[in-house]
Amino acid sequence: MAKREVQEINAGSMADIAFLLLIFFLVTTTMDSDTGLMRRLPPIPDPNMEQPEDQQIKQRNILEVKVNRDNLLLVEGEIISFSELRQIAKDFIANVNESEDMPEKIDRELPYFGLVRVPKNAVISLQNDIGTTYGVYIAVQNELLAARDELRDQLAMSSFGMLYDDLDVDRQTAIDDYYKVPISEAEPKKIGG
Amino acid sequence: MGKFKRSTGGKGVGRINTASLPDVVFMLLFFFMTTTVMREVELKIDVKVPDATQGKKLEKKSLASFVYIGEPLPHLRATFGSEPKIQLNDSFKEVDDIQDFIAQEREQLDEVERSKMLVSLKIDRDTKMGIVVDVKQALRRANALKIMYANQNVDRIRGL
Repeated sequence: MAKREVQEINAGSMADIAFLLLIFFLVTTTMDSDTGLMRRLPPIPDPNMEQPEDQQIKQRNILEVKVNRDNLLLVEGEIISFSELRQIAKDFIANVNESEDMPEKIDRELPYFGLVRVPKNAVISLQNDIGTTYGVYIAVQNELLAARDELRDQLAMSSFGMLYDDLDVDRQTAIDDYYKVPISEAEPKKIGG
Repeated sequence: MGKFKRSTGGKGVGRINTASLPDVVFMLLFFFMTTTVMREVELKIDVKVPDATQGKKLEKKSLASFVYIGEPLPHLRATFGSEPKIQLNDSFKEVDDIQDFIAQEREQLDEVERSKMLVSLKIDRDTKMGIVVDVKQALRRANALKIMYANQNVDRIRGL
């Protein structure tokens, strides 16, 4: 007898099943890209513990960044545009010339760098009005973080030949300490228009 | 030429071979499976996260809890008004509910991971800071200190 043709499975319904699965996934999933600016909130001070005396930080060690309800940016008392903020923050953190109105620096021994001059207790103080738009607040945070990240990347490249994110934790910590300038947020007040 | 017979004896003009259609569809399916995330929460509010350049990718989604703030969606505006509201999981909540929410989320994590819990704030870019500050204060009280301001990464922030 002649060999029977191998019966082929009817694949017509495979397409239907595939379409059903596809529609299911289209409907139940989102293309949410989860990126964000990582921050740490300061803990609420324990009312029972003794509070250390509020250290009077010298004016030269603070970079005051304020945003009012009209989303205008005020740095050290002057209205500036957003494009200038990053450079101002970088100059403040890096403080190459150590002039009188820039933060104080001290010598410190750091792993991988040896004895270097680092900011003593510099801080960037961010204050906004409760009427400030969130998008603008994030833009300001972004510029300040960008200033810090750019400096870190520059240092990482010149010292280790790699970008900051590609370094191991020890080297990253060393670079963090080199440019240790926290961005502190005060309680928003009514700064006004 | 005469020896070949149409195997299905189709009607009309010659039929296109659709054997590869499932393959194409499966490819699309795999694409969606790998690039998307199962939507766990139905958003009742309009949230358009702000633009930023320094956003870092969220590493472990399992450690993240989400707080959404924005105006209610158009079809819900009649019942809920158009002021920005806080949405935790699937329902509208107030600032005072945040502490319980954090405790709940914390319980769902292993002991070891509790200190690494991250709260992702997905806030509409046009919200005013008042409600954001209240939420941040509530998070501080609940000791959820690791936070992330959700954003959309762009090359340059425009319109400032």
